[in-house]
Amino acid sequence: MKGTPLGTTARYVYAYGSAILFLLPVYVLVNLSIRPVTDLTPAIIPTSTPTIDNFVTAWTGSDLGQAIVNSAIVTALSVTAIVIIATAASYPLARSSARLSTATFYFFLVGLLLPFQVATLPLYIQFKDLGLLGTLWGLVIFYAGSQLPFAIFLITTFLRTSVAIEYEEAARIDGASDIRVFRSIVLPLLLPVVGTVVILVGNGIWNDFFTPLLYLSGTHNATIPVALNQFVGAFGNNWPAIFAGLIISMLPILVVFVLFQRYVIRGFAGGLKG
Amino acid sequence: MVTNTISPSAPLAASAGQGGRSNKRRRIPSVGRSLWWFALPAVALYLYIVIWPTILGAAYSFTDWSAFKREPDFVGFDMFARVLQGDLGGAAIRTVFLAVVTMAIMNVVGLALALVLNTKLKGRNVLRAVIFAPAIISSLVIGYLYKYIFGPPNIGAVNMLLELFGLPQQDFLGNPTTALWIIVLVICWQFSGSAMIIYLAGLQGVPEELIEAAAIDGAAPFQRFWHILRPLLAPAFTINLMLGLIGGLKVFDQVFALTLGGPANQTQTISTLIYQQFSQFGLWSRSTALAVLLAIAVAVLSFVQFAVLRRQEKNL
Repeated sequence: MKGTPLGTTARYVYAYGSAILFLLPVYVLVNLSIRPVTDLTPAIIPTSTPTIDNFVTAWTGSDLGQAIVNSAIVTALSVTAIVIIATAASYPLARSSARLSTATFYFFLVGLLLPFQVATLPLYIQFKDLGLLGTLWGLVIFYAGSQLPFAIFLITTFLRTSVAIEYEEAARIDGASDIRVFRSIVLPLLLPVVGTVVILVGNGIWNDFFTPLLYLSGTHNATIPVALNQFVGAFGNNWPAIFAGLIISMLPILVVFVLFQRYVIRGFAGGLKG
Repeated sequence: MVTNTISPSAPLAASAGQGGRSNKRRRIPSVGRSLWWFALPAVALYLYIVIWPTILGAAYSFTDWSAFKREPDFVGFDMFARVLQGDLGGAAIRTVFLAVVTMAIMNVVGLALALVLNTKLKGRNVLRAVIFAPAIISSLVIGYLYKYIFGPPNIGAVNMLLELFGLPQQDFLGNPTTALWIIVLVICWQFSGSAMIIYLAGLQGVPEELIEAAAIDGAAPFQRFWHILRPLLAPAFTINLMLGLIGGLKVFDQVFALTLGGPANQTQTISTLIYQQFSQFGLWSRSTALAVLLAIAVAVLSFVQFAVLRRQEKNL
């Protein structure tokens, strides 16, 4: 891969050309959102009269603010619950060779294959009976349960392959109890994989549309994707306002991405390698 | 916990003999075994949210329950027969087409980008981040973005551009064939970057000396790729192809945003069909039967793919 001058030019053209292709739609998105509704020139031409009117329209004419808060609450609570429950469960699953542990691990893996759509109807009834339908708590419980298999799979695999057992053995010889070993030795060593779980699961929950569409529609408890769907329906062909709304909805996750870019990319690369 | 009594072997002896962390998959029974109850909350939640509703759901697919019936009645395989004779055929073929085509394109584009962005290039970290970024954005947002770009004549960005150059405008999303290809494009635009990231992670494990040595020995670029990189990238291929296929088979958001399955149900996929039957038509059992069929399709196809890829990995 050591380049001749020609090879180097070709690589630059290909790499930057691709990046421009990837950015072009984003440029259209931004350009359209900052131009007046009356400006009907092709979207590729930079607007001459930039305005923030569309953002004001989008913000005041919708529940996006509330939806961002709702999404943040749901994502934070679900991810916290998943990390705590999955970490606790993974420890005995990874460290015990008892048949029950192995069986339980495979039992969780089955959940990676089951499509949640089969469970849609019974869950709908279960949540309705418990008064959870249309509430954010219902979503949190749903995500906590449905994302467990993936989290347990990642953490258990990580414990088995990347955390040396010698630390735990040494601590036990020094007289530490099981719980002490778990809390003081194992938990700190799990930080990398917990980061991966937070990124992958958190991103998935933040962007999930199908579940809240079914369980939250018709309530005021919309998460961002549901609010956007209602928003697009309400604003019809006012694309500048819609695009301002899309940008508002993207901002939180883009900020997180820019701040934690390296960790996010590593999380996706590492986690998906599973 | 009767089964806990097996293999009382001494953990220290085992670890002394085998020296540590390189030894994968080794599990020592005594450490943390008495903490089995740590797994109880997870098991309970998992049973309540995943296992029990799935079993119930599978059972409902053998009934005729809908918004128009008070109680479900057992009808055997009736719902499956009806689904198979009904809309499923077109949607199933379309879903498999989408899954296979997007999987292929995403992997070719992602691998090419990874190979280039693995070389020394100014600003490559920024390029990686930019190309990967769409993967973290909601597919719904991206669907709406492209809905405008390929919007109807006199509205959509591409059409306005065609107008500018005096070319005839097209109703891209109003035509089932172009609409389907636009769905392909949108999925590939969004996820080629994440395929790239996984290939890049695979490439990081390839020592540069190896490639240089091959170059010195006179191996052409393609030979270097085929004989050196390809075998080393085998695990990355497996993951990317699996993720691409499974993701494609389940595609929902993009279709929902771009076409809602239209025009005239001609871009309906299995997942959007499940939603339509459940939410809009209230045909609960029918949508569940569809979901069961999707589950079987995903399981069978991904199992076959996994088996084939694994065998190839071993033969390399």
